[in-house]
Amino acid sequence: MQAYLDNNATTQMDPKVLEAMLPYMSEMFGNPNSLHKFGTKTHPALRKAIDQVYTGIGANDNDDIVFTSCATESNNWVIKSIWSDLMQHGDKNHIVTTEIEHPSILATCKYLEEHCGVKVTYLPVNEQGIIEAHTVKSFITDRTALVSVMWANNETGMIFPIKEISDVCKEKGVLFHTDAVQAVGKIPVNVSDMDIAFMSFSAHKFHGPKGIGALYIKNSRKLTPLLHGGEQMGGRRSGTLNVPGIVGMGEAIELATTNIEEKMASIAKIRDRIEDELLKLEDVFVVGDRANRTPNTILISIRGVEGEGMLWDLNNSLIGASTGSACASADLEGNTVMLAIGADNELAHTGMRLSLSRYTTEEEADYVIKAFVDGVHRLRGISSSYAKVGPTTGGEVRECELHHH
Amino acid sequence: MAKNDILGESLWDAYSNKVTTLMNNPQHQGEITEEEAASHGNKLIVADFGAESCGDAVRLYWEVDPKDDKIVNSKFKSFGCGTAIASSDVMTELCIDKTVQEAVKITNIDVEFALRDNPDTPAVPPQKMHCSVMAYDVIKKAAGMYLGVDEGTFETEIIVCECARVSLTTLQEVIKLNDLTTVEQITDYTKAGGFCKSCIKPGGHEDREYYLVDILDDTRKEMDKEKMAAAADAGSKGDFEGMTLVQKIKAIDAVVDENIRQFLVMDGGDMEVIDVKSTDENIDVYIRYLGACSSCTSSSTGTLYAIEAALKEKLSQKIRVLPI
Repeated sequence: MQAYLDNNATTQMDPKVLEAMLPYMSEMFGNPNSLHKFGTKTHPALRKAIDQVYTGIGANDNDDIVFTSCATESNNWVIKSIWSDLMQHGDKNHIVTTEIEHPSILATCKYLEEHCGVKVTYLPVNEQGIIEAHTVKSFITDRTALVSVMWANNETGMIFPIKEISDVCKEKGVLFHTDAVQAVGKIPVNVSDMDIAFMSFSAHKFHGPKGIGALYIKNSRKLTPLLHGGEQMGGRRSGTLNVPGIVGMGEAIELATTNIEEKMASIAKIRDRIEDELLKLEDVFVVGDRANRTPNTILISIRGVEGEGMLWDLNNSLIGASTGSACASADLEGNTVMLAIGADNELAHTGMRLSLSRYTTEEEADYVIKAFVDGVHRLRGISSSYAKVGPTTGGEVRECELHHH
Repeated sequence: MAKNDILGESLWDAYSNKVTTLMNNPQHQGEITEEEAASHGNKLIVADFGAESCGDAVRLYWEVDPKDDKIVNSKFKSFGCGTAIASSDVMTELCIDKTVQEAVKITNIDVEFALRDNPDTPAVPPQKMHCSVMAYDVIKKAAGMYLGVDEGTFETEIIVCECARVSLTTLQEVIKLNDLTTVEQITDYTKAGGFCKSCIKPGGHEDREYYLVDILDDTRKEMDKEKMAAAADAGSKGDFEGMTLVQKIKAIDAVVDENIRQFLVMDGGDMEVIDVKSTDENIDVYIRYLGACSSCTSSSTGTLYAIEAALKEKLSQKIRVLPI
């Protein structure tokens, strides 16, 4: 048996999505911008996919949804182009975002700070791992050009009060961008009744293909392109259209958002069972209220068990999960989300993330629970945190000698 | 970046089989009790290093025979990643049957070496080398406890990079001898900073007392001072070619004041030194005429020759005088 519980990283493609895409990787290979039949033959499928994506997020016909290569591109596009449109020659110079955004937001903001003199406010999260609208409001100034707050967090699954934040931005007359990568396809996302100027999302997070994402732009607002070139997609994003990608994204979003409440309930049922079983272990805690979390995510801290070690044991049982532990990263840097939430820093070393999907079965849940509990027992058996014989005189740790960040 | 770096290395693929085996099944994991040690007439030493809140913690158990200071049994407990557990396990194995005095000589490099499958292939990827450092630290602590001395006494020099065990004096010497100007060069020459990278600059994996950027900066400043001192010595010895730019200009001005300026001033003119540029063959002195000299016909012939001749005689045959 094996189990993939790392669906916040990426998901397996739905076979129906693959089926929809295949013709556009073989006989329907034409360039949609060509005048001949080879090109125009792709149009019905593209129109269908565009309809599916508009419906999937509740966009209006006068809004734009521009296909990009990934949400990282969408995020870069918004932030860099807001700089060139409103800050480079305008009177704005400030962006408000959060400490726990995806690196494609944080690193782009850092870049603008270092190279373009932009001021960026990185809001800290509360103990629930979210930011409240009034906090955002209190940091908006008359020089703020953009507020960028994610819809749901990748590590914790915590859902941000996007409606309230968008209202605050409207009231203050500031553009609002949300990175909805972890929300679209997992929870209901409807942009029609909100003042969201821009929203990024990506197909591979909801059982679509990799290499295709999108940026929603309310009322076709002007935004300088990131990629200049052959004027595809009305000149908003140049580059030959990724026809199979777009077709796959359309199919995937329709499959994910149809009867989404039912899907959420069945995923949450399995998630809750795993969570309840793991919470029976001693000295563990889970981050964030279930009610305000994406239905597929558990972030659990296990005292005495270092994250990479736990990931190792799960991997030995062919279970794919994730940890924010600094030891598991190539640069030994602690995970910013874990550090931002984990007030006492423990989470940065002991946090394990399990993220389910609609493909996760009850049998897999049983298998994961057993492997997880076995791993915790084995590693606690080795762990100095659970050793019975204490240090002899002089052998105590006076303080944390390592001073990790 | 190049072809082999495009995908990046998978952390776990870089572990040796030995690391994998010991992580899955550590051989010396466990505890030794006071009663157990006492029943053999031995002394129990239990030392902690690190803490769960800092991400790594190890507890080392030694049963030492007080007659000959021999470590007859050793165990460990560890909160840490796979390499930390494997490192602790090998460290414990290396301690057994050594005297405390011998054990204290075990370094993290010995621990990493013992984890290799073959002598030429590192047991862990560079950033994981750091895990073995704790093994070294906890041994020193246990030895200090047993011998009743401060663990600091086992370290005779200041270690800047613990992963590669490179000392401050080594770094300073290498920078000076090879005229190194970047941290990357230091890493190429000494391996310091090539592993967990904490010692490169503040803000890394852990806080350090010394950082490579500061050592480089300070050593370069020291080197500049030494150069300056050498130049000053050259100046006082009258070695014009060895002088600094400022010294050269001062020396030229002195010669002009003494031999030339009075004649120029008499004719209602003057001159100033603009710049001095040295090549292997020539020392070019750029001057500008002032007052009447700037329009005087001999300023490019006789007067110029007189200035150049005086400077050549007093300072260096390499001098050329160029009016601008």
